[in-house]
Amino acid sequence: MAQAATAIEQDVMVTVDGTPLKVSLARSLRRNKLKALLLVLPLFLFILVTFFIPIVDMLFRSVENQIVGTVLHRTVPLLAQWDERSGELPDETLFAALAEDFKEATAAKTSGRVGRRLNYEKPGFSGLFRKTGRKVKTIEPPYREAFIKIDKKWGDLDIWRLIKRESAAFTIAYYVSAMDLSYGDSNEIIRKDENNRIYLKLFWRTLWMSLFITFMCLVLAYPISYLLSTLSVATSNLLLILVLLPFWTSLLVRTSAWIALLQQEGIINDLLVWVGVVANDDRLQMIHNRTGTIVAMIHILLPFMVLPLYSVMKTIPPSYLRAARSLGANQFTAFVRVYMPNTVSGIGAGCILVFILAIGYYITPALVGGQSGTLISNFIAHHMSISLNWGLAAALGSILLAVVLVLYFVYDKIVGIDNMKLG
Amino acid sequence: MASDNKHYVQFVKVQKSYDGEILVVKELNLDIERGEFLTMLGPSGSGKTTCLMMLAGFETATHGEIVLDGEPINNVPPHKRNIGMVFQNYALFPHMTVAENLAFPLEVRNMGKPEIEKRVSDVLNLVQLGEFGNRRPAQLSGGQQQRVAVARSLVFEPKLILMDEPLGALDKQLREQMQYEIKHIHDNLGVTSVYVTHDQSEALTMSNRIAVFNDGVIQQLASPEALYEEPDNAFVAQFIGENNTLVGDIKEASNGVCKVEVNGIVIDALPVNIGAVGGKSTLSLRPERVTVAPEPGSCPNIVDANVEELIYLGDHIRTRISVLGHDDFIVKVPNSSSHAQLKPGHPVKVGWHARDCRALDAPAAA
Ligand SMILES: Nc1ncnc2c1ncn2[C@@H]1O[C@H](COP(=O)(O)OP(=O)(O)OP(=O)(O)O)[C@@H](O)[C@H]1O
Ligand SMILES: [Mg+2]
Repeated sequence: MAQAATAIEQDVMVTVDGTPLKVSLARSLRRNKLKALLLVLPLFLFILVTFFIPIVDMLFRSVENQIVGTVLHRTVPLLAQWDERSGELPDETLFAALAEDFKEATAAKTSGRVGRRLNYEKPGFSGLFRKTGRKVKTIEPPYREAFIKIDKKWGDLDIWRLIKRESAAFTIAYYVSAMDLSYGDSNEIIRKDENNRIYLKLFWRTLWMSLFITFMCLVLAYPISYLLSTLSVATSNLLLILVLLPFWTSLLVRTSAWIALLQQEGIINDLLVWVGVVANDDRLQMIHNRTGTIVAMIHILLPFMVLPLYSVMKTIPPSYLRAARSLGANQFTAFVRVYMPNTVSGIGAGCILVFILAIGYYITPALVGGQSGTLISNFIAHHMSISLNWGLAAALGSILLAVVLVLYFVYDKIVGIDNMKLG
Repeated sequence: MASDNKHYVQFVKVQKSYDGEILVVKELNLDIERGEFLTMLGPSGSGKTTCLMMLAGFETATHGEIVLDGEPINNVPPHKRNIGMVFQNYALFPHMTVAENLAFPLEVRNMGKPEIEKRVSDVLNLVQLGEFGNRRPAQLSGGQQQRVAVARSLVFEPKLILMDEPLGALDKQLREQMQYEIKHIHDNLGVTSVYVTHDQSEALTMSNRIAVFNDGVIQQLASPEALYEEPDNAFVAQFIGENNTLVGDIKEASNGVCKVEVNGIVIDALPVNIGAVGGKSTLSLRPERVTVAPEPGSCPNIVDANVEELIYLGDHIRTRISVLGHDDFIVKVPNSSSHAQLKPGHPVKVGWHARDCRALDAPAAA
């Protein structure tokens, strides 16, 4: 025993009071870690509650489908046994269960909600459920005939197929319609016909417009940032304030200003007519269309490009350019080969920032976008506040999130996230 | 215009002002020999960097002409001057490897790939960084970065190399080593170099000639020995090495010797740069040229002094004495038995030769 103890003592370094050094070190580090944890805790909780949980909720809502199964809880299990390919309606027992469910749901005022839910899949369900709910109190066997008497849709096989499809607790139906797909006769997924496809077109438009806006912001911001970084501190601060001015006026005011400028009776058109470039009866349409959205959004997002670029450029010593020149490079070569590569981190940060803001932008396209300039977020908003189809809104939102994450991943692979410099 | 080796680089009556009010460089005339190592030395703000920048082409001369190898270069843009430059912070391009940095000046000159590779590896070997070609500048130590910067300014065989305080960021020991290495490279390649520093020991060890700057004017242009032994004016005497000054009135000046009265006692001195009789003069005297307790009659100037302070420095003793009303007079006493008689507060006699006591211009009016 004694020998073992001395052996251990020889191996393990101990502090003065005899605790092993490692234990003591871990203890002191743990205290620091706890302190650090306490410092980030408020922000962590805030982000958890206001950001993380809503996103999880959104992902959940995009597949959640409890309502049919809960309200029609007698019908749904029986429906599972029904063979939709048999070409026959469900049997009498199922219609009896449906009558029971309907009576209960009408009393609890939940039948309307099921109707609304199924109405997303096929218009007409809302009316059907309302009508049936009103008349179900006086229903008598045989139930099948009685239901068909209330509304002959109850005799339609498609209606039953749809209810069976959407009776599970989770559904991909929202994603199906968000991707411009639909269900065929035997519940197979098919593309919608040309005229009914909207969302893919919108996603595509949102994507290319965001990329275009990002590109234009970069083109406009790069020279400005360069100028700012070469000026004296006093002048560059003044100019920076001008660049940041858009931040200090309300978004609505700015957007209205663009309307005043760009509309057909607006200043720019007046000017062009006065100069004679356009005819008075042929004024340019620059607002309430794609042009309006692009112009206004570039204006609003420009500072998000200028700031990261400026902060990176400010740290590039002027001696780099001088060194390049003294080594024999002309001004252009020196700029392209020595200066620009050193701004890559700023370009990356600015582009990611502007792109992510643009892809989810909502107010400006809503105000000045018209038909051709609305983006996917406007449709998400529409489904959240007008059509109240939250599931679809959540599905669209989740797809947008996935697109952004994929782009982010690609960016990381190509440029590297840790190369990004935000300030 | 063919150039001769004596006038490889010429500044002809060059003036420079940044703001139109103050002349930062006042009528500079300077000839640099081919292959020489010339240092611009001077206190901060004296216009050294400005001169270098005009030579490199990053600043334009307000007036005057700059000539390189027989050609006026005032209107030649920097990238066509073929002048290598080492910056104080090295200015190595962080996004390129060491080898890419070195290849850059060759690539912009459209040199062929094999030739570039050969030159890069040659110059890497020259600065003893053979294995570091694939590293980024950030992965090198300060001294290694310094060497890469020097190598990059050499690799395209420039007509001239300019270095603006290239060792300023290094610690003392490394600085001394790099001084030696840069000097060594210069001796090997014989490339004309202009070096800027405000460290006089650096200037003295490295240069063929030193141009001492003050206030936009070259005070003296001479070899290190000449600057130390024969300063032309009070500024140079004071700036280079340790120096004792005595201020007095000129009483008499004949050929070869002059008499200056300091604090009531007349001193014999060597007239170098003095005004008319009756004016003021600064006497300059190196501490090691003063003899303590000289034999009577052994030198023309023997005066009474008082020992103020002794600092023991091993091989010699730095002694501060007060003499002729100046109490900051330093004498270096060799560490021999003779120092025993020196005690703070005790009187002592000191003496010096007239040829070691240079009578220079009057001190700037204070
Ligand atoms: N770009 C500039 N604009 C205005 N004044 C300048 C500029 N650069 C230098 N000066 C002024 O010119 C004078 C000389 O500056 P310079 O940089 O040549 O000094 P220096 O001898 O290199 O000093 P240091 O040893 O501190 O580097 C200084 O008074 C400085 O304030
Ligand atoms: Mg300088």
